[in-house]
Amino acid sequence: MSDYREREKSISIGTIEQEPVSGTRLEPGAGVDAGEERGEAELLTINLGPHHPATHGVLRLLCTLEGETVRTIDPIIGYVHTGIEKSCEDQEYWKAITFVERMDYLSYYFNAYAYCSAVETLLDEEVPPRAQYLRVIHMELNRIASHLFWLGTGALDIGAITMLWWALRERDLILDLFEMSSGQRFHTRYFQVGGVMEDIPPGFEGKVREFLSQMPSRVDQYEALLDRNEIWLQRTQNTGIVPLEQLLGLGVTGPLLRAAGKPWDLRKAMPYCSYEDFDFKIPVGTVGDNYDRYRVRMAEIRESVGIVQQALDGLPEGPYITGNRKVALPPRHELATSMEALIHHFKLVTEGFRVPPGEAYVAVESPRGELGCFIVADGSAKPARVHMRDPSFVNLQALKHMGEGSVIADFIACLAMLDPILGGIDR
Amino acid sequence: MEVTRTKVAGSKEEFRAKQLSAQQMLRGDLDGMELDEYVEKRLLLTKLDEAQSWARKNAIWPLGFGLACCAIEMITVIGSPRNDLSRFGAEVIRFSPRQADLLILSGRVSIKMAPIIRRLYDQMLEPKWVISMGACASSAGMFNNYALVAGADKFLPVDVYVPGCPPRPEALMYGILKLQDKITREPELGWRERYRAEGTEEVGDLPLSSQARPDAESSHQGAGPDAPRG
Amino acid sequence: MDATGLELVAQRVRDAVADDAVVGTGYQRGQATLDVAPPRVHEVLRYLRDADEQPFGFLASLHGCDYLPSEPRLGVHYQLLSMERRDRLGVRTRVTVEEPHLPSVTDLFPTANFQEREAYDFFGVVFDGHPDPRRILMPEDYVGHPQRRDFPMGGEPVLFTFNEHKFPRWYE
Repeated sequence: MSDYREREKSISIGTIEQEPVSGTRLEPGAGVDAGEERGEAELLTINLGPHHPATHGVLRLLCTLEGETVRTIDPIIGYVHTGIEKSCEDQEYWKAITFVERMDYLSYYFNAYAYCSAVETLLDEEVPPRAQYLRVIHMELNRIASHLFWLGTGALDIGAITMLWWALRERDLILDLFEMSSGQRFHTRYFQVGGVMEDIPPGFEGKVREFLSQMPSRVDQYEALLDRNEIWLQRTQNTGIVPLEQLLGLGVTGPLLRAAGKPWDLRKAMPYCSYEDFDFKIPVGTVGDNYDRYRVRMAEIRESVGIVQQALDGLPEGPYITGNRKVALPPRHELATSMEALIHHFKLVTEGFRVPPGEAYVAVESPRGELGCFIVADGSAKPARVHMRDPSFVNLQALKHMGEGSVIADFIACLAMLDPILGGIDR
Repeated sequence: MEVTRTKVAGSKEEFRAKQLSAQQMLRGDLDGMELDEYVEKRLLLTKLDEAQSWARKNAIWPLGFGLACCAIEMITVIGSPRNDLSRFGAEVIRFSPRQADLLILSGRVSIKMAPIIRRLYDQMLEPKWVISMGACASSAGMFNNYALVAGADKFLPVDVYVPGCPPRPEALMYGILKLQDKITREPELGWRERYRAEGTEEVGDLPLSSQARPDAESSHQGAGPDAPRG
Repeated sequence: MDATGLELVAQRVRDAVADDAVVGTGYQRGQATLDVAPPRVHEVLRYLRDADEQPFGFLASLHGCDYLPSEPRLGVHYQLLSMERRDRLGVRTRVTVEEPHLPSVTDLFPTANFQEREAYDFFGVVFDGHPDPRRILMPEDYVGHPQRRDFPMGGEPVLFTFNEHKFPRWYE
């Protein structure tokens, strides 16, 4: 075999030994200060952000660097803090859905679902099965869209720029589907307390099936580009490993926890919204490095495609929102004929429905982890406290442990694979 | 097969005269009046300003800056194959403010972020423009509370406001095209002239301040790196 | 966790920690809440994490709430999760604005780091023993605790034609 092949076979892909740069490789007398011998390095404190291409929003990281090695990381957040939780206390329950949607701005359906579900728990409201299936369809499509955006920007950070164009191309198709069902691409206000806002239009199912038929081959294309790519493997394998107990202590959930080996997914463990009717697997990683996180999310895209397929096949007939007129708006055609419907409509639009006093905490599995919504109701038409337990906020604490001691390039890869969304972190 | 002959504009003799004068030009035989006439008939005369603003508007370099949900739509405009901003010349996103001309404020401006945005804006070199994208950057949007600056125009001069929550990618592109119109129509540089903003100099400890006292009467009204020229 | 299970947990906590640790229990619509006295929070959570026969090893969420007008005003909730038994339990304490001190649980659950900082930032609850007690989301020199109920919402008045002459613009 040729010379080149012989040489190629002799190269093994191993880990890069990281040693501090201070004085170990310099010859004595090479212009280095006598004080800067091994062990007495100068640390450089530098701000990564808040305006930086790789920080996925306005995250500021105060790092101290020793050469290329990151010694300490201190995330400083709050640059896009909008006071959403406080604003919600001033709005009626159904108006607060629009506020809450804008927290984690890539997974808006999940925010809306967690909130609506908490209100439904407080009201003791039943959601009809058709509405549940429609919610599942939209949530899983949103999961695919969120993972695609993560893939595009994450790969962009590591250097695979092509992925951004491909991922945005698919994302546009999904956003078209959302526009078809609710009129808006983003922040669609489609989930209401008690069900969904409107039934799906006639061509929706056909378009979704068309999208689903293309999606697996597209995922194959992405994997063909990145899975065995030498540069990708070097950048993501064996980097950013945090032991599983530490992750559990830090409160990390979602693909990060699953990549470390723990098969915890709220859709399977504590099912909600008729997820128990669907047959899907949970991808789990083994090593817990960045490559596993990438593989887990790619496999999740495939599983979500399967779930939407099953939901479309089994979509039951029936009402798309609860029939309780004290909570849900009556359909428009009834307003012309029934006086009661008019009164209900008026009451709901001006004052809103009242929720009996109580507290509820409901958690769902968003693309980033456990998204919980805590509502305190005091008997009036406005919530007394809305708090979202955002997964990115809690997962950010793991960044310290992932990044300290690694080189900057690995640290950027960790940040890309962590998938933080600053809207959720800062709320 | 039918062959139709249409008349070229002008008659045969004019055409022949044009050909002759072109031959003379190439040989270098035209002088004085004849040369002037030749140039007048053929070249498109334009003012240097117009040419400059035509070049500027078709090569806007946005600053890569995104705050919240509108940033996702901005990335869709720049990056998605369907809405492609490179048709209009604005695909080069530079992340350093020294190299960019356009700041697209996409997202909610919180009180912690406002001084940073101002600093980024100050670091950009003239000519520079600002598009305030979305409802949260133009006014407070739906978040009328303690944590936001109600509209970026409280501390930045904004050229184009694009409403929406978030605005569709087509809406943002329309905003950028409107900005291009604005560049052709008003080619003065320096935002202090564009907005006739007297009395807007920063007072305080600016390291590069060329003014000793804030109320000193001087012909240089501005202080700092982006003092207006002329 | 159902109502009887909750009562049994409360009894076990009383036996193991102290009689005055558990102030009350609440169960509604499937959500179990254990009310705990403020100085005992750390011990109760340690017991629930390690020593109970039905341990809860994961702190899912730590958040604050302002219960104005009912006293004591500031409440802090700890939402515990057991992944093995797929069960949730909420632990709640209430402190007053004059004495807003609680023991920090960052040594038991490192996830509480950012979340306690958030509770301090927005409600003013001071966690003793927290490794990094400073504001997290508001600017560091901000005065006031925004999510308290008596903190004004802020923002600008919406200008209509009938009231726009009442509010001077920023350039006036």
